[in-house]
This record gives sequence, structure tokens and C-alpha cells, in this order.
Amino acid sequence: MEKSKKVKIHVSHLKKNFKKLEVLKDISTDVHEGEVVVVIGPSGSGKSTFLRCLNNLEDITGGEVVIDGKDLTDKKTNINKVRENIGMVFQHFNLFPHMDVMRNLMLAPVDLKKATKEEAQERAMQMLKKVGMEDKADAYPNQLSGGQKQRVAIARALCMEPDIMLFDEPTSALDPEMVGEVLQVMKQLAADGMTMVIVTHEMGFAREVADRVLFMDGGYIVEEGTPQEVLLNPKEPRTIDFLNKVL
Amino acid sequence: MVRIITQYGQLLLRAMGQTVLLALCGLFFACILGIIFGILAVVKNKVCYAVSRVFVDVIRGIPMIVLAYFVYFGVPYAMKNLLGIPFTLSALQAGTICLALNCGAYMAEIIRAGIQSVDKGQMEAARSLGLPWWRSMYRVVMPQAIRTMIPSIINQFIITLKDTSILSVIGFPELVNTAKNVVANTFMSFQTWGIVAIMYLIVIELLTIASRVLERRLNVGKE
Repeated sequence: MEKSKKVKIHVSHLKKNFKKLEVLKDISTDVHEGEVVVVIGPSGSGKSTFLRCLNNLEDITGGEVVIDGKDLTDKKTNINKVRENIGMVFQHFNLFPHMDVMRNLMLAPVDLKKATKEEAQERAMQMLKKVGMEDKADAYPNQLSGGQKQRVAIARALCMEPDIMLFDEPTSALDPEMVGEVLQVMKQLAADGMTMVIVTHEMGFAREVADRVLFMDGGYIVEEGTPQEVLLNPKEPRTIDFLNKVL
Repeated sequence: MVRIITQYGQLLLRAMGQTVLLALCGLFFACILGIIFGILAVVKNKVCYAVSRVFVDVIRGIPMIVLAYFVYFGVPYAMKNLLGIPFTLSALQAGTICLALNCGAYMAEIIRAGIQSVDKGQMEAARSLGLPWWRSMYRVVMPQAIRTMIPSIINQFIITLKDTSILSVIGFPELVNTAKNVVANTFMSFQTWGIVAIMYLIVIELLTIASRVLERRLNVGKE
């Protein structure tokens, strides 16, 4: 990534403990505007925790995370305001089951007064079109397939017009035949210039879409670089070992 | 039997009215207490959690009849003799306090459990969109929690309605207390208690039917 672009996410010496368990030991990295960063690593390596620290869904034990110049560890930072600009997509979709698709999408923009009902509805419709779900606006989440749910979840996050999107294993809970439709939507987002941090096990997707790949293990970033460097010519023994197991 | 109904029917009906009144007063405040202490148990704060725990454990650990004596006789006694403040409670006030505390503790547990039964991903998803904790609770978690709470809440209402009979010990003219007087006058235990039992049964059956209707309503859109 060219250095001239603005730093959207600045992480330095991030630490995260769960009670006595040190999950993140010392993480430092910057994500630039429009950059697509894919985080890979064995389970338990802390990659999901790392992602969840970026919007403070996990309390930060030490170090700092700065989003668009706003320091999340600073008590004066209004975390809710910061989160409005960071969309998040979860492994288990987390759609609101008591609302239809349209109301899922409209809830946050209307409740936070980012838009009037009409504006929110219009934007929701646009976003549903973008993810190819415009004909399911009236459906309830339990009437949708996994892939459809995840596409709605992406649309829901986009309705807040975020600058950054975080994806926490978005295809891990899907049946294999539905993975493609979700990755397709994510590829489109990347092509549109969205800043994205993606935790995934989809190596093919990482190779195709990532600007940079982070390999995490044991609470550290063990290796990082372009997909070419990390996925095809890994230097660290742990990376080589991991890639041998998954590829 | 006929004599009880013709001669004391109205009296017993009025007593049933008092029972329902007492139950409604108690339930009203119980709901408020239940919501407060139920939510205190789920906010991420050790002090709030401890306050809620202590309230629930203390009230649950005291039989209602002891609570009734304590509130109706003990508290005014302490106020007058230990603090020198003249203070009395009517039987309705004392009864309402007892029911509110007792039922409130159980309601707090029902509400806590209901909230915790909602997958925590729901809260996280709402928070990740920028909604503050309270808005997430109100718009996303609570509507789902209430669906699972309804049967337990109705059950608790029924228990509380029946528990009003305990308050006959502090002289509140509810159904059991009144029936005791009727028996004392007529010596017709079987008939009188039979009628009282049927009266309770009818009111509780009505409550049960209402709850089923409510449950069906709330389940619209789900599945």
C-alpha cells in the first residue's frame, strides 16, 4: 500500500488479557484508507480478539488503538460515535430475529438520527440491491439461508455508511455452496475502495483480494506482507507449518 | 351451600375484589422492583450486581408470613419505640409492600434470566452499529427477552395472587380472612372453603387464558 494514504486504524503494542490468559501480547500495525487486510492464523491465535478490539467490543488491556485519530483507550472518546463509522460482520450473522430485513437495516440509522425514516428506507433498499437481496426486504431472518443472512448483515452494516468494515470469519458458519455469494459481495466492497479487516480461513479469497496478509499466532503478528509474500513464500516456520496444514 | 351463596355471596365477592386489588397493587410495584433489580444484575458493574444479588437472596430467604409480620408489626414498632417516630401502616399498605418485595425478587430473577437467555451476539451487533447500551437493550435485547419471560411472569402472577391469602394474618379483609369469618358464623367449613377454592380457581383460570392469548400475540412474526 502506498504510504501517502491516510492511516485509518493505528494499533500499537495492543495487549488483551482475559483474566490471567494473555490472548494478545504485543500487536502493532497500521491500516490505511482503502486497504484490505486479511488476518489468518490457527484457532486460539487471537485473531478474532484482535478484530474485536478494533471497535472496542473487547476492553483493551494495554497499548493503544486509534481509529481515524480517535484513541479508543481514552476515556473521553465517545465509543458509540466511533462505532458508527465501523461496520462489523459476525460469524453467526447476529441479525435481529424479531424484525424483518428492512427493519434490521433501518434500526440504527433511524434510532441514532443519522437519517429520517424515508432516507433510511431508501438507503436500505440500495444496500439490499448491492448485496442482491432486494426481494427479501419483508422476510424475517429465520426465513433466509445462511448466505442470505450474511449478505443482509453486510447490508445492515453498510446502512450506517461506515468508512471501515470488520469481518469476523464471515463464511465459517456457512454451508460450502453459500460461501461464494458472500465472498462475491465482499470482493465488490473491496473493489469499491472500502477499508476492510477480515479474519478468515478462505485462503483463495485472501490471495485474490488482500492487499496485505497478517499471520497471527500465540498473540503476536508472526509474519505480514503481500499475499504473494506470506501465502506463497512464507519465511517463518510457524507460517509454513500453518499453511501446510490448511492448503 | 345455597345459604352460603345467598347470604354471604356478596361478602365473598367483595373479598375477592379485595384480593384482586391487593394482588394488583403488589404486582405493580413488584414489576418495578423486578425490572430495576433484574437489570442491575446484568449491567457490567460489580456493585450493581451485588446489590441485586443481596436483594434477591434476602427476600427469597424469608417466608412471606414472616415478612408480613415484620412489615406490619415489626417496622412500626421499631419506628415508634426505637426512633420515636409515630408510624403505622394500613393492612393494604403493608400487604402491598410484602407482595411487592416477595414477588419483586422472583421477577428480578425471571427478568435477569430472560435477558441472559438472549444470545450475546445480539447486544454486540447492536453495539457495533453504534447504539448505546440502553438503546441496544431496549430495541434489541428486551423485545426478545420478553418473549421467553412471559410464561414465567404469568406463573409468578398466579403465585402472587394465591400468596395474598397469607396476608390474612395481618387482618387484611381478603378472601381467606373473610371466609374464616363466614365459617365462624355458620360452621359450614366444607361449603365455604369449597366455594372459596372455586372462586380462586376461576380468577386464575381467567388469568391463564389471558396469558395464552398474549403469548400467541407476541409470537407473531417468529417462525
